[in-house]
Amino acid sequence: MSRKQPSPTLSRRKVLTGMAATSLAASALPGHLYGATDAPIKIGFQVHRTGIGAAYGRWYDRTTSAAARVINEAGGINGRPVEIIAEDDGTDPKRGAEVLEKFANQHGCDIAFGTLFSHVVIGSAPRAGELKLPYFVVSEGHHVASGMLNRWTIQPGITDVKSQVQAMAPFVAENLGKKVTMIYPDFAFGHDHRDFFSAAIEKQGGKVVAKIAIPPTETSFTRYFPQIPRDTEVIYHVMVGPAVLTFVKEMGEFFGPAHPEIFGFIDSLEAVDLATPGLEFLEGSHFWEGMPRYVQPDQPEYVDFYRQQVGLDDNGASVDDPRDVATMAHMFGCWETLHVIKDAMEAAGYRGPADRAALIEAVEAMGDMPAGRAHPQGPKVFNGRTHQVFGVQYISQVAGGRLEVKHVTSIEDGLYPDEVDYTSQSF
Amino acid sequence: MEFGPHLILAMLEGLVQASVLTLTALGLSLVFGVMRVVNVAHGEFFMLGAVLAWWITALAGGPPALGFVLALIGAPLAVGLLAAAADWLVLRRIDYDPERTIVATIGLLYILQQGVLMTYGPEARPVAPPFNHRLAIPWFEWGAEGLEFYFPWGLSTTSYKLFVVAAALAVGLGLWAVMVRSRLGLVLRATQADSETAQAFGVPVERVYALVFGIGAALAALGAVLVVPIRQAHYLMGGDPLLLSFIVVIIGGLGSLRGTVLAAVLIGMSDGIISVFFSPTLAKILATLLVALVLVYRPQGLFGKARA
Repeated sequence: MSRKQPSPTLSRRKVLTGMAATSLAASALPGHLYGATDAPIKIGFQVHRTGIGAAYGRWYDRTTSAAARVINEAGGINGRPVEIIAEDDGTDPKRGAEVLEKFANQHGCDIAFGTLFSHVVIGSAPRAGELKLPYFVVSEGHHVASGMLNRWTIQPGITDVKSQVQAMAPFVAENLGKKVTMIYPDFAFGHDHRDFFSAAIEKQGGKVVAKIAIPPTETSFTRYFPQIPRDTEVIYHVMVGPAVLTFVKEMGEFFGPAHPEIFGFIDSLEAVDLATPGLEFLEGSHFWEGMPRYVQPDQPEYVDFYRQQVGLDDNGASVDDPRDVATMAHMFGCWETLHVIKDAMEAAGYRGPADRAALIEAVEAMGDMPAGRAHPQGPKVFNGRTHQVFGVQYISQVAGGRLEVKHVTSIEDGLYPDEVDYTSQSF
Repeated sequence: MEFGPHLILAMLEGLVQASVLTLTALGLSLVFGVMRVVNVAHGEFFMLGAVLAWWITALAGGPPALGFVLALIGAPLAVGLLAAAADWLVLRRIDYDPERTIVATIGLLYILQQGVLMTYGPEARPVAPPFNHRLAIPWFEWGAEGLEFYFPWGLSTTSYKLFVVAAALAVGLGLWAVMVRSRLGLVLRATQADSETAQAFGVPVERVYALVFGIGAALAALGAVLVVPIRQAHYLMGGDPLLLSFIVVIIGGLGSLRGTVLAAVLIGMSDGIISVFFSPTLAKILATLLVALVLVYRPQGLFGKARA
């Protein structure tokens, strides 16, 4: 920014007082109002550093840092650098709402971003609405598209559970079996699985024969398995929390050599090495993956770029520590959401918090998002009315202790009628 | 699942639960019995045992059995020394005043939990069992040709789970032998009965207290080392054992080792059986209800001695 040369008609005294007044005003005004062209854009990152979501939080953090670095190296947003301000929410809804408050009032963040666990999103979103703080979640839950939240909450980087399970049901019914027993965590995210998969499999002529809900803080699982009916053809499992490995191991020990078909959401083994002893029984079973964990043979260039920037090896673990396995099926959402934020801020000509409503409107105006470096998981379509994005899903099979992609669903497989029109709500 | 195999499975699960609970609750009961200290940090000593087991096995490398044996010795020892130090540095200085020890052990709880979070991190990490075989259990039914044996779906346990039960039994018997047969046990019992008189007879009560606090914590850590190959080590894992230990100790009678063992088996087995047939939440509800009933109708616990 260059300062105008004073014109020769002005007196020396006038120029000096004018300059003094300007600098006084500059020091009194917050940075995001004055000199907005070079001050960083502050993105409050609500991260699960501790609590039951810690493994996800670690990788959401790494992916977010990598995406911010890539965006800054390419010139930032509107020429301004991005600054990520991370705060731990302890995977706790109450703390989540407090963290949003800190972002808005203490750190002076432009927006909030990055939450995964659905109970934290549901607990924080009302506060985001009150603070009129754009809240970009990376959560999968159906709570955004269901209409239970508000116009300030938006999910442009990851497909929701309702869409995911609707896309899975035809594959399960055609290839694995029609009588399904569901095992899921007993909170909002698991209930989305229960409700929407039950409906989706019935459309395929199948049936859920048992629904087994397990608290996400549970540490011992064998006692739940006897509820699995004998006529079960497919086990559908999705589990979260620190004990997921125990869950899958005990399932293997329960069935022994003769188990039904197994279809899992990779959530049950996110951040867990598939080569862990006790998981051999999964060979041949199928998993939903948001994005393939293992390097696939015909992988596009932008996936290579993404994996390299985040620091992943061929097995989806950290390049620094092969035992540190990523939460590959979810964390791409942070990368893609940050790129959506960049595009929307540039489209809205975002300068500061006064433009927050314009930013939301700019995201709502988005539609097709072609696959590429900004969207490495695959192509997507954003629905501005429901604030939810829809993308392709991957179905992989365990072969030789690795996951190999067997089927990629289309975006259309996961579409469903709108349940809300957030654009009709006032800001 | 048919009723018979289902019940056997429920009992096997309950037995493993009861074994670990017995060790943990014995530690809590010992500390209360001898020192009259309600140790709120007991669950964190359990957690610390599991985390140290992970650490020792990771450092040891080699076959899983080697690391496990080292952990079985090293983790309880380290946790016991830490607890004895905490007793010497904190509890002794506040004269074992009941209210202040509760507050002090709450502080200890947070220090241990956050210390582990800061160093070990928030991840759940597995420890490989020294051996683990799935043992299918046969069941019988009256078929067309008389008694028939078959292997029902899901009716199984693992050799390691049976080992946990045996190990807990051995430790429990060992503790009983020490308390009843050894000079150390005599000193402990004397301190428990009347610490002032014991001191008058030359028992170094302060050292006994530090020793007991250490042994109590070591028992919790030992339970954790046994269970960690089945579960995983995690910084928040101390909550449940603390709650269950308190339930067991209150039902069994604070300070009564016999009552503690019986209550641990009762709560562990009923927890296993009710969890399998109904729900784990119902099992916790019933256990808590039982505590309430005991407190109302028999405040000294099933085997506790009523105090004047």
